[in-house]
Amino acid sequence: MEKKNLVQYIYGIADNALILGQRLSELCGHGPSLETDIALTNISLDLLGQTRSYYQYVALLEGEGKTEDDIAFLRTERQYKSVLLVEQPNTDFAYVITRQFLFDAFHLALLEKLQHSKDDTLNAIARKAIKEVSYHLRFSGDWVKRLGDGTDISKQKVQEAVNMLWTYTDELFHLTEADSEAVAEGIGVDVSQLKEDYYGKVKELLEEATLEIPESKYFQKGGKQGIHTEHMGYLLADLQYMQRAYPNMKW
Amino acid sequence: MTITEDKHIDQKLIPILKKVSDPEIPVLSILDMGVVRSAVIVNNKVEVIITPTYSGCPAMDVIGEDISKALEDAGYESEVKLVLSPAWTTDWITEEGRAALKAYGIAPPLEAEADKEALLGNKKIVNCTNCGSSNTKLVSQFGSTACKALFQCEDCQEPFDYFKCLK
Ligand SMILES: [Zn+2]
Repeated sequence: MEKKNLVQYIYGIADNALILGQRLSELCGHGPSLETDIALTNISLDLLGQTRSYYQYVALLEGEGKTEDDIAFLRTERQYKSVLLVEQPNTDFAYVITRQFLFDAFHLALLEKLQHSKDDTLNAIARKAIKEVSYHLRFSGDWVKRLGDGTDISKQKVQEAVNMLWTYTDELFHLTEADSEAVAEGIGVDVSQLKEDYYGKVKELLEEATLEIPESKYFQKGGKQGIHTEHMGYLLADLQYMQRAYPNMKW
Repeated sequence: MTITEDKHIDQKLIPILKKVSDPEIPVLSILDMGVVRSAVIVNNKVEVIITPTYSGCPAMDVIGEDISKALEDAGYESEVKLVLSPAWTTDWITEEGRAALKAYGIAPPLEAEADKEALLGNKKIVNCTNCGSSNTKLVSQFGSTACKALFQCEDCQEPFDYFKCLK
């Protein structure tokens, strides 16, 4: 597989981890309780750690002195290939948890396949990340159940979040050109094959949480092509500020 | 597994590496933590391979630097490499390491199935590090770091960390 296409394929996976990691990091010190605050920032840290592993690999592939920081901080909005779901803002706790659950269920399924990739770096990162993401899914799934089957208000809020975020789930299963090529080479995962099982599992948990499954047939897409929602620019401004203001700065 | 049975670590280096600890759990040496996969001397240069506990573990960079520093103090040049595969598991924490964790107030990891029951709050099986009682409750699946969960003893009221099983 051509190097630049492999890089694009990796962005399709890694950028989700970066953007969701960044979103969750915004909650550091702002969680609704100490325990959930710590949990969400720990999940953020796992995701950013996974991102580093992917970007270090990209830096190696690209050579010419590229570093993981260049890749994380110095691309333009259109060059980030993350799905729209992960850039959605931290509206309220129900929203944060639902976004997390809808992503975690996909993320775990993806990694379970990626661990068999013919690419040794990608399968090693996946095997490492699976262990972490299993905990994420348990955490977010438990909270969806607790909020859904909780008070009238928590139920209402989590149902609204499910209805809103549902429109971003279909994009998770779209194949990009880089995906198709990586799948053909035995390197990538055919995400379209994960769809049925994903919706089965998600619906099962939502039912257990006494929530209704949205019937909407209209879905948003664009992130995988670099066409993002209005929230992405603000997120990137925060994320990139230090490297843009002080080029090549190090901690 | 004990350290001395590990063929990939040069015996001469053990006393040096034993002094390097996880900055977040200072009682636990990196050898007892199981993050050193190999350490060999090639032409008076030490080649060390370490593996992270969690992908985002912020301690890894510090551990790498601490290893180089400890080896330098002992008169060795060194190169520290980070590998992801095979992925670290809590099985690699030594018996000595488990005892050190417990003495420090962190309950050592249970086996995978028991761990799941404990973290779902289904069974009271994580023993209090203060009084030993098993009458404890899960406070949060995530503790002060990603590798730990937060528990509280219902007998002596002590809050304590539990090191989660990772396999
Ligand atoms: Zn106690």
